[in-house]
Amino acid sequence: MLSIKNIHASIDGKQILKGLNLEIKPGEVHAIMGPNGSGKSTLASVLAGREEYEVTEGSVEFEGKNLLELSPEERAKEGLFLAFQYPVEIPGVSTTNFIKAALNEKRKYQGLEPLDAASFLKLLREKAALLELDKSLLSRSLNEGFSGGEKKRNEIFQMAVLDPKLTILDETDSGLDIDALRIVAKGVNTLHNADHSIIVITHYQRLLNYLQPDFVHVLMNGRIVKSGGKELALELEEKGYDFIKEELQESLTA
Amino acid sequence: MADEMQLLEERVNREYEYGFSTDIETDTAPKGLNEDIIRLISRKKHEPEWLLEWRLKAFRHWEKMTMPKWANLQYPEIDFQDIIYYAAPKTKKAKPGKLEEVDPELLKTLDKLGISLNEQKRLTGVAVDVVMDSVSVATTFQEQLAEKGIIFCAMSEAIQKHPDLLRRYLGTVVPMTDNFFAALNSAVFTDGSFCYIPKGVRCPMELSTYFRINKENSGQFERTLIIAEDGAYVSYLEGCTAPRRDENQLHAAIVEIVAMEHAEVKYSTVQNWYPGDDAGKGGIYNFVTKRGICKGNNSKISWTQVETGSAITWKYPSVILKGDNSIGEFYSVALTTKFQQADTGTKMHHIGKNTRSRIVSKGISAGKSQNSYRGLVKVAKTAENARNFSQCDSLLLGDKCGAHTFPYIESKNNTAVVEHEATTSKIGEDQLFYCEQRGLDAEKAVALIVTGFAKEVMNNLPMEFAVEAQKLLAVSLEGSVG
Ligand SMILES: Nc1ncnc2c1ncn2[C@@H]1O[C@H](COP(=O)(O)OP(=O)(O)OP(=O)(O)O)[C@@H](O)[C@H]1O
Ligand SMILES: [Mg+2]
Repeated sequence: MLSIKNIHASIDGKQILKGLNLEIKPGEVHAIMGPNGSGKSTLASVLAGREEYEVTEGSVEFEGKNLLELSPEERAKEGLFLAFQYPVEIPGVSTTNFIKAALNEKRKYQGLEPLDAASFLKLLREKAALLELDKSLLSRSLNEGFSGGEKKRNEIFQMAVLDPKLTILDETDSGLDIDALRIVAKGVNTLHNADHSIIVITHYQRLLNYLQPDFVHVLMNGRIVKSGGKELALELEEKGYDFIKEELQESLTA
Repeated sequence: MADEMQLLEERVNREYEYGFSTDIETDTAPKGLNEDIIRLISRKKHEPEWLLEWRLKAFRHWEKMTMPKWANLQYPEIDFQDIIYYAAPKTKKAKPGKLEEVDPELLKTLDKLGISLNEQKRLTGVAVDVVMDSVSVATTFQEQLAEKGIIFCAMSEAIQKHPDLLRRYLGTVVPMTDNFFAALNSAVFTDGSFCYIPKGVRCPMELSTYFRINKENSGQFERTLIIAEDGAYVSYLEGCTAPRRDENQLHAAIVEIVAMEHAEVKYSTVQNWYPGDDAGKGGIYNFVTKRGICKGNNSKISWTQVETGSAITWKYPSVILKGDNSIGEFYSVALTTKFQQADTGTKMHHIGKNTRSRIVSKGISAGKSQNSYRGLVKVAKTAENARNFSQCDSLLLGDKCGAHTFPYIESKNNTAVVEHEATTSKIGEDQLFYCEQRGLDAEKAVALIVTGFAKEVMNNLPMEFAVEAQKLLAVSLEGSVG
């Protein structure tokens, strides 16, 4: 459903992604790990279509479409969802109104009528319950004054309402307390299905304990340097990234 | 981001939707201003002698005045001799009292403006007075209102039917000598609305006036007077549009409000005069004096304005808080795009004890526009425990526009508390991208962010107007608000 081939991307003239490849099939969960600054969020931004990033080489196919040709909002409406590492605040716009606008845009794109008020409220309640989200947050301005954990949970709540085909979780686990982590993971697991693939960007094993990734990739210096099963994450947790660097060094000198 | 900025720019440069003019025969005075023109206006309107004298006095005073230069506005000298001071749509009768007597062309115009008087009559329960160029052309619901003793009619009608009331209050809140444009208006005002709510009456419906400039080279100088007697309440709405023309047209109105004891007047404006084209050509010069006096104790006057039109806006709806415990409010959204310039704000003059005022100003600048807030909070010696709170926020779209804040405070009473907060922000790329990632295109994203920014003010508009105002922001800013 997602096929990234040899992607090169730069920002402000600085090359960040340097030939990254990744194949994701429907329903798979892929974890991406890697040191700070290795390009994980950059990859997320490039996939979501942030204009500041220039793709200089390579291709991305999403559900048979050339993803790079689509505008960010088209990508979203095609079913790509990015749970931001740093969600932004929008004063004066309630979470409810925001998500309603987003949902109806998506429905319009799909040729559906806007959801009527009753069905919309029902949907909101259901998803808020799933994520044990305090309902008062829904009437407050989007993310304004939300705690770090509340913001992250709100991202997953939006994902739940918008029902995407591909979700990218960019360090959704950071800032979550132990209970919130469990709730968010449970929410993601509930929404994960054979048609909903997930990319989990994380530094830690704890979220992966819940999500059970099919693949774990290590991103370093703008490309994926090692891939494996979920046991790779455990190995990384234990040894850090040094052993991979050493492996790389060896393969280079060999 | 370059594309986004471009999109933004295109969006704010949308065409003016109300830029049509109507082919209606008009009865027009020759260009220029002198005592004869004033006599002509007064004669056309069958005015009593005192009013003519009053006008002439204002004119003689105006001749000695010069245009104010202190505002943060730039525009060429206005040639006051190149303006038509009286233009009236020709109808069989001088003043149609009923809708049926209104020129069908005119009704078509009103329909285009979204003011279907018939619809209004049937459905919404909003009484409407329509002023086209210099003359009030239709007032609805008069009979129903009259049953409660409420007078809502054209100024010219009030001159005939309620001369004593008019004489008692006209020019008492905005004296003819108040400022250059007030003097000009006093000399040449042609029509406007008059509204009187008797003691203890709560006006059962929104009263609304629509102003429309149609005739070329004509100025519009309307005058509105609202009187709320003890314990009365009224919510008043004002809307305005003008056709697209290459020349600038002058609009210099006066609104006076008197609130007696325990009375409350809520005055809402959605100002959408033609703003001029993309090159800054044409557009209305809007110089307006609006002032209310909380004359009685415990009275309240609240101004809410959504300003999206005009090439130039010079406007400071103010409240004189004379009665003890009286309250003045000013809620404003001013949106400028293209080459528009707005210098708007308020003056809260605290005189009575325990008087309170609240100012919430939201300025949105886009294109190459300049948007200034200018506010004065004045506390007299007598104003024990006066309180003011001001919040002035500016939002910038793009980097070719400007936002400016000029708050002035003059306090002569040390028990008074005056608070001022101001912020300036830009729509962030992060905010836009976040919205886009959720499926909203840049246009809708901006609309959403702007709506959120203006929310506190929009919430103050009566329901009937909020939708329209919302729409207006959208039209001025982009295609549609989600
Ligand atoms: N505007 C920019 N100009 C130059 N370099 C940039 C710019 N934006 C980001 N970078 C650099 O790109 C690199 C990759 O950043 P990215 O956010 O993708 O890292 P990450 O893997 O998500 O890191 P973290 O684990 O800390 O979230 C970093 O070195 C960062 O400093
Ligand atoms: Mg990151």
